Amino acid sequence: MPDLRTIKFRLNGVAVAAQIKLYHNLVELLQQFNLFGARESCGQGLCGCCTAIVAGKAVSGCLYLAALVDGKDVKTIEHLDSCGKLSAVQEAFIEAGAVQCGFCTSGFILMTEQLLDANPNPNDSKIREYLAGNLCRCGSYPEISAAVKIAARKRRNVPPT
Amino acid sequence: MSISDRIPAGTFGSSPPRLESYAKVTGRAEYTHNVQLPNMLHGKIFRSSIAHGRIRRIDVTAAKALPGVHSVFTAADVCKLVPNPYYGPAFHDQPILALDKVRYVGEAVAVVLADDPHTAEQAVQLIVADYEELPAVFDEVEAVTSATFVHDELKPAKTFADLKHLAGRSNTNVIVEFKLDRGDVKNAWAAADRIFEHTFRTPMVAHTALEPLVSLAEMNGSTLTIHTASQMPSFVRIEIARLLGWPESRIRVKVLHLGGGFAAKTYIKLEAIVALSTLLANRPVRIAATMEEQAYVIASHATTCRIKSGVNKAGRVIARQCDVWWNCGAYADVGPRISQKSGFTAAGPYDIENVLIRSRGVYTNLPLCTGRRGFGVPNLSWAYESHTDMIARDLGVDPIEFRRRNLLREGKEQATGTVMPDDSIAQVLDRLAERMNWSAPFERGHGVMRYGRGVAVGFKAVIAPTTSVATITINADGSCILNISTVDMGQGSDTVMAQIAAEVLGITAQSIKVSHPDTDLTPYDMGTVGSRSTFHMGNAVKLAAEDARSKIEALAREIGLTKGSNYPWSELFHRRYGMQAGNIVGMGTFIPPYAAPSSESGHSANVTPYWMVGGTGVEVEVDGETGRVRITKLITAADCGALVNPRIAETQLSGAAIMQIGYALFEKMDFDGGQLTNASLADYNIPGMQDIPLALVSVFVEGDQQGGPFGAKGLGESGTFGVAPAVANAIHDAIGVRLINLPMTAESVLRGLHKIQGRQWGDE
Repeated sequence: MPDLRTIKFRLNGVAVAAQIKLYHNLVELLQQFNLFGARESCGQGLCGCCTAIVAGKAVSGCLYLAALVDGKDVKTIEHLDSCGKLSAVQEAFIEAGAVQCGFCTSGFILMTEQLLDANPNPNDSKIREYLAGNLCRCGSYPEISAAVKIAARKRRNVPPT
Repeated sequence: MSISDRIPAGTFGSSPPRLESYAKVTGRAEYTHNVQLPNMLHGKIFRSSIAHGRIRRIDVTAAKALPGVHSVFTAADVCKLVPNPYYGPAFHDQPILALDKVRYVGEAVAVVLADDPHTAEQAVQLIVADYEELPAVFDEVEAVTSATFVHDELKPAKTFADLKHLAGRSNTNVIVEFKLDRGDVKNAWAAADRIFEHTFRTPMVAHTALEPLVSLAEMNGSTLTIHTASQMPSFVRIEIARLLGWPESRIRVKVLHLGGGFAAKTYIKLEAIVALSTLLANRPVRIAATMEEQAYVIASHATTCRIKSGVNKAGRVIARQCDVWWNCGAYADVGPRISQKSGFTAAGPYDIENVLIRSRGVYTNLPLCTGRRGFGVPNLSWAYESHTDMIARDLGVDPIEFRRRNLLREGKEQATGTVMPDDSIAQVLDRLAERMNWSAPFERGHGVMRYGRGVAVGFKAVIAPTTSVATITINADGSCILNISTVDMGQGSDTVMAQIAAEVLGITAQSIKVSHPDTDLTPYDMGTVGSRSTFHMGNAVKLAAEDARSKIEALAREIGLTKGSNYPWSELFHRRYGMQAGNIVGMGTFIPPYAAPSSESGHSANVTPYWMVGGTGVEVEVDGETGRVRITKLITAADCGALVNPRIAETQLSGAAIMQIGYALFEKMDFDGGQLTNASLADYNIPGMQDIPLALVSVFVEGDQQGGPFGAKGLGESGTFGVAPAVANAIHDAIGVRLINLPMTAESVLRGLHKIQGRQWGDE
């Protein structure tokens, strides 16, 4: 087994250091910090439950090696309400009832944030295309689509219809 | 709770957000997946690589020698603590670790405990097992007459009176055979104008809950605490206590939120292995299955269903015979219950005078099986609703009209003899016809793309008789905790139960804390399965809240308040006990009336506390060049009783339908010589966002549900019954191809097209 290596990175806005093994993935690294919002499910980068943001881009935490975040900026679902207030996307997921078991929810919310950053007013087909890499076995897809639209309106300050 | 926080009754039937919404959208919801115990070891399981064989030798020397490995255990170690290490809900047939024999590829043979999961995984690769291979049997129909026997003898658990007579039976793979005999089928064939007979098959499918199975155990004093992602904390406690010979009080089972269940997390899955590992290693242990491993722990039945119907000149079905074979895999699990309790609905929601059902659960050398969101009903409705459509189209009768002629209506006896209390089946069909605009002309297309539409209806009995117990604690400040062992796995039970209690107590649902199941604190519940919670636990919660309310009223009288006095609850406690002290605990226990079917005839006057009725209408687009089927519209209609929380109810119906889109079009576990070849999500596809029709509608019918809490009943599976057959019926409507085996892949559609066009497969 390889020896421990020390890495330094920014985690949800705070400079941190961690000891890791080279084969540890990002999900295991985050667990060292008691962050459980990114969750390993399929273990193959196919379901999106382990989504985290590294250097501004969504990655699959189950495939992304912990060693690779050395010197980088990492954000997880837990950063979204760090100011004590839910983000527009989080509020929208509650309003639309887009949460069932919740295991996939972190990934969907982080991807929705990224979608709306890139495209503030996506239509159905854009939403489906962008979120195709996230799976929800409970089948909340209709409510998730609705939540994305509600969040888009909130972020653009358009009153609900 | 002060008076000002009280609201008028009306919580029931409104849609407050789920109680745990905030925790879930912030990534902070607690799952067993997150639990870390101090000083814990990580277990990984060494699994059988052959389908059937005697274990000659297991060499764990190299695995034990790997640095970081704490210990390796086999059945020999288990037997030191549990001499008879067999468990199961209906049969005690499954060993904690394979003992003497292995019976399927993937069966747990040994467990490695190490400081970290990677070391344990590496050590598993160093274990060598030597087997004497035996012939294996995989097909549920062949297994009935096969000379290969998966088990030497049948070992029914003592729990069920109707299984006792099977004890000790040998030289058979038939675990159980349920028979239902109504009227006189034999003579009815002669009276029929036309006879139809078809055989339908469904494949073994995976649950793929996104939180894979995970269990942990630790000793706290003389108590063994098991933290587990389970839908059945009470059963886990009872069964582990039985295995160890301990009182239930020494086993404590704790469950947090579940990342999906769908029946995969029922009865004993990883709990027995993790409990024994903890006792043998004298350290806390965590065992987490990967997504692939989950498919080796539990799957859902493949079935073969042969249906024969006799129809008279008026287009009435006068006789129906159903032969059902359930492929239970290597261990019975709940298969015998499904064979009976769903088996008696195999003839469908129709009023048929003469019915003969034989429903057999059969052992094979495949992974063990349980229901998957529907307790076997989707397997049966696939057959009876395809068959019904085939008859209608053959007779040239509109499929909805044909169903209307034959539906089981209010006051009519279902095949068991139990009277249908309302007309909700007809109402569901009517609503589907209406929302599908069925009477209007439908354009089927002329080019490569063809269009079709289809409907299907189904029904399900709830597993019975089962018990739920609830307590509700009112604290001296007036705050309120509901203690139940119902597991919220995404279906919204915490919110719905809080709403039921709130309705009785006149407070808001949000002001009630619903505790996570913890068998030291939360009372008995049979399990969160089969859409039983809203009805059974809902009734227990209502009784508990009524009990608490009457105790509050008694307390008020005790301190001399007159009826209608408007004091906050905290004031009552303060005045009675002189300070913020004391509790009121309300308790409720519920078990519905039930009559077991006769073992001779299968008849019962009251076979289920309630029926779940649901149907589906779809429109599809079929690509004649590729065989690809796209569902463009999906309407679900269901009788859900009075809705506790309409938004959650709607999500349950559409979620159930979405899961079935996978069942209809692409989900299938592939086996090669008993070896599963598509265990990972890379190979086993489940529905994603692109698979969902943009037009997805849920419609509610409110049937008669006098026994439910405020008229409510279960609805988590009602959206599953109709999807696959409705799609098959729509494909036939579009291109004239009739598919009888699931899933309906593009290849099967294309093969069907070639066949009806008289083209050889592969000719282009």
